[in-house]
Amino acid sequence: MVYQEIGHHISHQFDEDLESLRSKVLNMGGMVENQVENALIALTRSDSSLAEEVATSDYKVNSMEVAIDEECTQIIARRQPAASDLRLVITMLKTITDLERIGDEAEKIGSHAVKLATVERTPTYFSEIKHLGEQVRKMLHESLDAFARMDVKSAIEIAEGDKDVNSEYDSIVRQLITHMMEDPRAIKRSLRVMWCARSLERIGDHAKNICEYVVFTVAGKDVRHTSSDKIKDELIDVNK
Amino acid sequence: MTMPAPKISQDVLLNRETQNIENETSCIECKDFGLYYGTAQALKNINLMIPEKRVTAFIGPSGCGKSTLLRCMNRMNDLIDTVRLEGIMYLHGEDINAKSVNVAELRRKVGMVFQKPNPFPKTVYENVAYGLRLQGINKKRVLDERVEWALHSAALWDEVKDRLQDNALGLSGGQQQRLVIARAIAIQPEVILLDEPASALDPISTLKIEELIIQLKKDYTVVIVTHNMQQAARVSDYTAFLYLGELIEFGTTDQLFTIPKQKQTEDYITGRYG
Repeated sequence: MVYQEIGHHISHQFDEDLESLRSKVLNMGGMVENQVENALIALTRSDSSLAEEVATSDYKVNSMEVAIDEECTQIIARRQPAASDLRLVITMLKTITDLERIGDEAEKIGSHAVKLATVERTPTYFSEIKHLGEQVRKMLHESLDAFARMDVKSAIEIAEGDKDVNSEYDSIVRQLITHMMEDPRAIKRSLRVMWCARSLERIGDHAKNICEYVVFTVAGKDVRHTSSDKIKDELIDVNK
Repeated sequence: MTMPAPKISQDVLLNRETQNIENETSCIECKDFGLYYGTAQALKNINLMIPEKRVTAFIGPSGCGKSTLLRCMNRMNDLIDTVRLEGIMYLHGEDINAKSVNVAELRRKVGMVFQKPNPFPKTVYENVAYGLRLQGINKKRVLDERVEWALHSAALWDEVKDRLQDNALGLSGGQQQRLVIARAIAIQPEVILLDEPASALDPISTLKIEELIIQLKKDYTVVIVTHNMQQAARVSDYTAFLYLGELIEFGTTDQLFTIPKQKQTEDYITGRYG
């Protein structure tokens, strides 16, 4: 069944409730995306005031999570959604948890960036992490896009991109270890950079989760902990 | 980090009872079953297997043929002159519409409970004992035992044990409906057909009936028609969705209410324009 084909509810109010909820989730996604972007800029440009802002602005995302949670609970209690509506509400509930975690990771990057900005800057350090950051930011943006359009095909492609993020992270870790062995004075700083890389890698995982929820909403298939080949096999009939 | 994706523990998957129509024993089966009221076709080409000792729910909008199909299962439609049938309906492999079938015997095997509780204007005890007496059971000791057992099974015993000789019409609606169910199970049928059994009851009585239905499936095959989709979702193992006399979708309740295969089913259960 093609998701977009589904028509309107007999109850307009229900349509409106779901639509407003969906736009709030997307709004929250936008905020989180912004946070990640700012954290990266703050980190790579050693901008401590921006870093400070990122590290302290997480409360907005948190309060949004609580509000959307509450609204989902209301919908479940009042409407007892079934089938695609139920899957959509469940997906939104789960998506905001991941978004909130992404916010937390951005906050962590922000607070590391504040501390890194005070020590001597070594620009070469950040070129790899910049690359990883760019990859993750794109992945997050695209997964939110797939969520907005409920696009299974691109959701699967984006989820596959998590592998590249992981290998990029591994190579950064290797590089940092070499660096630390060469110059023990750089350990403190290198560890901070490593934690930032770790946060970015986690953001990639959360973005992948969002993609998996999109598949669940549209196709009704739970594809968590499933290899990408198997996902494709299972979804052959959905893509037709 | 490049680590293999963790496998889901098998225990998690095993704990889910896997229900599959292919693993069930057939109780009632329809083959190309159709029904006409005069020239109007009320049921078209129904192919359906109702599994034994499970609760099967029929859902669908008014006039879609749910009750008609249910009533065919103990030949209640025989009472309507203009009804014409096509196809076959089997009960344990036997054609229930065959000339050789004794209708009274069929209805003893396939009991029915209606939307409005319809106890006889007799005592609580006599209501339950009535069917047994018709079967020729007259020994008081046997009757007492069976009445108590049926009232227990219908979760009514505790409420009426001191009022067995009171008029059944003095019971509340919910109690009357459970009394009628007790009357139906007293004669130990194989199948119990419930036509909107809780639609005239308050939420608490409804929950009691639902609880009872879940208890009943241990020993009986239960088929229930309901307009209340949440009720179908709560009590049934399998659900059939009918629309304009056709069987649109039949599947496990788990699947039908979360991932229906047909768009019409999806539209109906999510309350969208058809």
